[in-house]
This record gives sequence, C-alpha cells and structure tokens, in this order.
Amino acid sequence: MRHHPTRSIVPTFWWLVVCMAALLLVASIASAQAPAERLARAPTAMGFDEARHLLNRTSFAAQTAEIEEYAKLTRAEGVDRLLAETRRQASYPPPAWTAKYERVYRPEMTQEERMKANRRELVERGLELRTWWVAEMLSTPSPLTEKMTLFWHNHFATSQQKVRSANLMYRQNVKLRSYATGNFAALLREVSKDPAMLIYLDGAQNRKGAPNENFAREVMELFTLGEGNYSEQDIKEVARAFTGWSIDGEAGEFRFRRAIHDDGSKTILGSSGKFNGDDVVTLLLQQPATSEFIVSKLWREFVSPEPDKVAVKQLAAIWRSANYEIKPLMRAMLLSDAFWLPENRGVLVKSPVDLVIGSLRQFRFSVEDPAPFAVILRQLGQDLFAPPNVKGWPVGDAWLNTTTLLARKGFLNRLFRADEMVKPDMAATKAEVAAQPAAQLMDRDMVGERRQRAQMRLAVRGDVALAGGGINVDNLPPFGVSNQLRGQYFFSAEQWFALQPPSMNNERVWHTVLAGPPVQATKELPRTLAGLRTLALDPMYQLK
Amino acid sequence: MNRRDFLATLGSAAGILTLPSLAQSAAVNPYKRLLIMVELRGANDGLNTFIPYSDDAYATLRPTIGIKRDQVLQLSDKFGLHPALEPLMPLWSKGELAAVTGLGYPQPNLSHFRSIEIWDTGSNSKDYLSEGWLARAFDSVAPPKTFVADGIAVGGGDLGPFANGARALSIASTEAFLRQAKLADPHGRASNKALQHILRLEGEAQSASLNLNPNATLKTEFPTHPFGQQVKTAMQVVAASPGVAALRVGLGSFDTHQGQLNAQQGLLRQLAEGIVAIKQATTELGRWQDTVVVTYCEFGRRAKENQSGGTDHGTANTQFVLGGAVKGGIKGMHPSLTQLSGDGNLVHTLDYRSLYASVLRDWWGFTGAQSEKVLGGKYASVPLFA
Repeated sequence: MRHHPTRSIVPTFWWLVVCMAALLLVASIASAQAPAERLARAPTAMGFDEARHLLNRTSFAAQTAEIEEYAKLTRAEGVDRLLAETRRQASYPPPAWTAKYERVYRPEMTQEERMKANRRELVERGLELRTWWVAEMLSTPSPLTEKMTLFWHNHFATSQQKVRSANLMYRQNVKLRSYATGNFAALLREVSKDPAMLIYLDGAQNRKGAPNENFAREVMELFTLGEGNYSEQDIKEVARAFTGWSIDGEAGEFRFRRAIHDDGSKTILGSSGKFNGDDVVTLLLQQPATSEFIVSKLWREFVSPEPDKVAVKQLAAIWRSANYEIKPLMRAMLLSDAFWLPENRGVLVKSPVDLVIGSLRQFRFSVEDPAPFAVILRQLGQDLFAPPNVKGWPVGDAWLNTTTLLARKGFLNRLFRADEMVKPDMAATKAEVAAQPAAQLMDRDMVGERRQRAQMRLAVRGDVALAGGGINVDNLPPFGVSNQLRGQYFFSAEQWFALQPPSMNNERVWHTVLAGPPVQATKELPRTLAGLRTLALDPMYQLK
Repeated sequence: MNRRDFLATLGSAAGILTLPSLAQSAAVNPYKRLLIMVELRGANDGLNTFIPYSDDAYATLRPTIGIKRDQVLQLSDKFGLHPALEPLMPLWSKGELAAVTGLGYPQPNLSHFRSIEIWDTGSNSKDYLSEGWLARAFDSVAPPKTFVADGIAVGGGDLGPFANGARALSIASTEAFLRQAKLADPHGRASNKALQHILRLEGEAQSASLNLNPNATLKTEFPTHPFGQQVKTAMQVVAASPGVAALRVGLGSFDTHQGQLNAQQGLLRQLAEGIVAIKQATTELGRWQDTVVVTYCEFGRRAKENQSGGTDHGTANTQFVLGGAVKGGIKGMHPSLTQLSGDGNLVHTLDYRSLYASVLRDWWGFTGAQSEKVLGGKYASVPLFA
C-alpha cells in the first residue's frame, strides 16, 4: 500500500479550499430552503468555537483551516454543507479479492491443509479489509460518511469472527455506506437480506418447522423497537415470517427459498396476516418506538450522553414524516438547541476510531501503510468488522477502563515522539510542504514490532484457532495488500505550526486540539512536538 | 446495601447467633480469600477432560477422539481425568480438587461471544447485562481501598467478569504495566462526568502502580509456556501488592473443531502445570489455604465427535475448583450421554450461577440476599469448601 508522495492518503484541505465557492453555493441554496431557521435565529456566522464543535462531532477532528472556513458560515450553512458532501461510495480502492465472491474448494489439498489455508486466508483478508477501511477513513473527503457508516456497522453489528468471510463483510460495509445518510427503511430492508447478517444471526438456518429466533429477537430488540416493545410471542411469529430468507452459497447472495418458508398466518405486534420478512420490516417501521430508539442512539453519538426525551420524540416525528430519510433527521438534530449548548461540548468520550483517525487527520500525519493503525484500534477496543457481539461496542464512558485508557495514552505518547519517526531525508521547504503537505518516511523498527503484535493479536480468540493449540507467529503470512510491511507515519510539529494561520496563538492551539479547556496542560505550551504531546495526553483530549 | 451496612449486619447478627467461622473472618475482610478465575478460551471439551469412561455411550459418541479407558486417570469407578492433567493428581489425592459437573444454563446460546458474555456477566440467556458478575459483587461488598485493585485481568484483553464497575486493572506483565502507568496522571478538575470517569481511572492506574512493589520476587519456577507466564504475572502481582480480591487468567484456544486430540492435550497440560505453579507460589506466600482457583468457559462441546476429528459447540460442561480449603470430590450430576437435547447436546443439570453462588456465599461470606442480588436470583451453592 505504497503511495506516490503526491497521492498521500492524508487529505489535503486545499481541496476544500478550491471547492469552497461551489459548496457555499450549495449551502446557501439549502439554507434558503429553510426559512424557519432564519426567523428563529439571525443567520450569523458560527465563529471558531462553534465551527470546531460542529466539525469535531461530525468528522474525525478538524484541521485549523477547515474550522476557519466553517467559522464563516451560519450553523445551517455548515450543517447543510456537511450533509451535501456525504458520499455513497468509498474512494479508496478495496483489496482486489473483493471484486468477486467465490468459494474456493482446494481439492488438491488434504482436509487439514484446506482448513489451514482457509483460516490463513481469512486472517489475511480480515486484516486487509480493516486496513482498507482505515485508509478510507484517513483519506475520505467526507468524514461524516464514514462516521455514519461506522454508526450503522455498530448498530447492525456483524462480526467476521462468526461470518468467516471477508468478502461478505466487505459487501455489507459497501451497503452500509451506500445508505449511511440515505434512507433507513431501505437500509433495514437491505440488512435483513444481507448475507453476512443472515450468517451472523443464523437467519440462514431459519426454516419452516424449525425456526431459529436469533435474528427475529435482535431485529426487534437491537435494530428497531428496543427492549420492552414486543413480546416473546412476537419473536416466534417474526421468526416464522423470516423463514426461507437464505443465502445462495455459490454466489454469496440473498436467496429466498420458498420450500422452507412458512407461509401461514402470523400475528405480529397486533396485526395478523400471511406476513413475510418484508412485511415484518414494514410493521417495524410503522412503530414509533423504532424511530425513537434509533434517534436516542444517534443522540448519544452526536449530541450528549443523556438523550433529552422530549427532543427525541420531536426528532423521531420529524424523521417519520420524512419517510426515514436520514439527512433531514441529521439536519434537525445538528441544528437543535441541545447540540449547541456549551455544557454539551467536550462531554462525549471519543471512540478509538475518533481518537486514532482524528489524531492522524487533524495533524496531517503522513501514513503509508494503515495496517498498524487497524491493529491499534483493536488494542484500544474497536476491532473493525468484529464488534464484540450483536449489541455492538459499548460506547460512551464504557470505551475507557484502566487498560484502554493506558493503551490510548501509550499510543499517543508514541505518536507524538520524534524518536518514533525517522527524520526526513528531503529537507522540505515551506513552499514544498504547502504543495505537498505530507511527507513520507519510514520507521522500520516500529513497523516490525507492530507487525509482530498484529499477528499475535490476530491469533487470539476466534480469528484463528490453529489445530495443535500453539500459534507459530513465524508461520503466519505477512499482511498488507501489497506485502509491503512498511506502516510508516511521519509528522513534523514545526511544519504543522508553520502551516497554521497567523491567528494561531497558543490559546487557539488548544481550542483547535481540545474540545474544552485543558485539565492538566498549562496554557503556556511550547510550539513543538512536546507541546502537542502534552495536549494529546491531557484528559480533555479523550473527549469530543 | 453498601459495604458498611453489610459489615454492620454481620456484626449485629454475631451478637445473637454463632456465625460460621468463615463469615466471622469475612466480617474482617472477606477478600483476604483470593479468587483466581481461569478462562478456558474457545470452550474446552468437558467430555474429554472429566471423562465418563465407564459409560458405553462415551465410546460410541467418541469413536476416534475418545480417551481410551486405560489412559484415563481414574477418579472413581465412573469418571476420570484426561491423562494430560496428571500433574493435578496429587491435588486430587489431597482432596484439594473438585470437579463440578453438569454446569450450564437454560436456553443455551452456542455463540462463543454471546455465551462467554453470559458467563462473564452472570446473566440469563436472554438478558444483556453490562457489568461483570464480579463487578456487581464488588459493588455490593467493596474490597478494601488499600487493595491494589478489586480485580486484575492478567494477560490484557477484555475485563471479563470485572467489566464496567469494578476497580479493575488489566495487566499483561507487571513491568509493562508499571511502565505504562507512568503516563497516568489524576490531577486536575473534572468539569463533567466523562472527565470524572477519566480522572478516576488515571488515579486507579497510578495508585495501583505505586502500590505494586517492583522488587517483590518469588522462588517458584514457572512453566515457560504462555499460560505459565500468565500465572507468573498473576503471582507476581499477588506477591507485590497489598491485596487484590480476584484475578482472571486464561489460555486457549480450546475451540477444537478439528484435530482435537493434540490440541487439547497440549492445552490441558499447560493448564495443569500452571495450576501446580499457582499452588507452589501461593504456598510460598503462605496463601494456598486462602486461594481458590475456578475454571470456566462459555460452553462445553457437542457430545458426538464431528467428521474432522474434533467437536462442535455444545452446552453443559464440567469445571474444576481447586485450593487448600477446597473440599475435593465430584460435585453435581453428570448429564446423560443418551438423553441428549434435540440438537445433540448435553442437558445441563446445574446452573452455572451455583458455582458463582458458592464463591460469593461460601468463599467470601456474602449473605444469601447479597448473593441473590449479584446473581439476579436464588442459586443453591455447591458444597465446595471444607
């Protein structure tokens, strides 16, 4: 995964600058469509702190220049611009094997050899897949798209550890992204037919006369209604309705198997009929509990740890009247009073993705092989494509315990240490830096160590259970799309400071880097790597 | 009920009744008695560990991977241990090893991840609890503040039974922890709940690191395999700390869908050698009498072997309880090998929370009400302690 310097995966904010005019036009049109806001609130510019808060919550930490651009916009213009920039497809090229789903039979091998080969392939591809998503998160022009894709991945939690097909996990991810800020009703329908989900929650085993209730339970408890809004009998009936929703094993695609579908009458949530799975999805979407349950979850992701019940009901009503289109909901939520309240800033614990991707993006680290960062996410408790169970990752304060907090601090401490990086062999002038903001360098030792750890980590519970018990690290294949095990990163604090706008005094530095006043760092910070490290190790850096 | 209330209750009761000696000592500090949980990651095959060797059905179910009768280490005329557990036989002879059989729960879940979550949180099959069962125990009866932590997960990774609530640390090695904890800094004012949480964790990590004596040493020699090294870290923590209520160690992967014979043999040997090292080290520290080792995992494995020389996910299982104060023997009723569930699994005869109830009530002296609150229901304890 080596890049030519001009194709650094760290996004250039210059792109944003170039596109500003066009986007402002879009934004002004969008805000013109919302006269209510204009009446309610004079369209004044957000200013630095509000722009920072908006970007901080909706992207993976923002760079100073981005914040200053948004600072000139009104709240509505800023939100509309973020929503207008969302995408339906990833921009980073996926691993080649994603192009085609195929069952590999390997008839020439013995059964044991075949199993070993399958496991090895699964581990390799699993890491390539994680690496690809990290690369996309690092390089995307629309971080909000990735944040929403991750939100749905956590909502419709599915783990490769059970699915055991990187290809099906990739396809699900593509689907989640395509609907990430689209229509929830359509997304729910897609997910209920998603092969990875059908494997993960045993839908493929759900047949007439021998129903498997796993998906039926979770689709109501975790994906739509929330606990307490359905009965055990509803679960049994929903399971019957979904019988026959199966997989074509050769194509890796959804297949309805009429022969094992129970087409009898069912009574679900008070309605009776010869319902099938699609009908169940319709019934679930008719329940106000569904919108309220998901709005509360989005609130905890974007607004504050404790959803405001009244506001949630209002937003849920807006969402239902918008036919579950996600953008109008997000617009209303991000423009709600609660979102902007000063006491709701810096109160949410960053997820490991927020922390790692945010640090790399905000400081414009040069990253060549993102694989080590995928492994770091796992160490910090957010192994992409492998949430701990169908409930997803425990979010909020639960992200942090002594282990994960120390691991985060250990990571940040290393990230902001000059001795972890090799000095640039090209002495970049300021002009060169501006044209090509991220240099590329290598740190072989660290990569070697991380690779080792990556393999060790992959060997634990679930991913590989090699017959014979022991894991021989040396026998595992190297990972990385191109076998180039050079997970390199580089960052020059001097260059970073040099690139900051003239307004970047010390106060502005911590206003940019932290979501609130530092808890421990003094405000007299040296404009050096050590100064930034101090900020990154401040408890406030863990919050957004 | 907080810890003070609990002690007050015990104190007032002591005036009226003669309490068992255990509860009296518990009133001083129940957590002088150490609990070491050993997770058999990936789900150990109980039928080839605690073997019903004289049951004809066993040989029928396990034609190729069954342990041959003449290799079984006989415990009784019905049951015996896998030969790799030979290092545990001296403990069996001394009555320090109990095998608790038939453990499981209703409506078993056969997913590793969900089922270990059930065991870790002490929940029903259908309930999702966020706190570990030991976290709830420590919330009910708090270990002394002077302890280095309530619980320590050795080997890194998830906090398992300590998750979300306990003053819990995860330590891969004492050296690494002491190095990392240098970055912990609890000073400063928390302006919101999330910051309070962070500063509390920083404080816990820092005080734990300050309370660990980096110079504590043990003469015990530990096995060089991964589990032996985990046990070494665990024992170093015990030696170096002013106290800890519970430790969690683990080994694996026992997920032997294929090639089970070799894989399980190697792991069970590690397990046995590690437990022997725990006995040696706690004996060296004068603590074997107040140490109990309890094995656990998410489920047992399918009664009938599969086509790959292995076993698939199952349900009921046997676990071991070991220690100087343990009343050894076979506890519980082994599930029938012929009356299997519809999907070919053993039917559990004892709720796994009975094992937890024994630890809470009989090891730590919790009242019935406290145990019930922690476990969300009444579970009879297993007579495990002398």
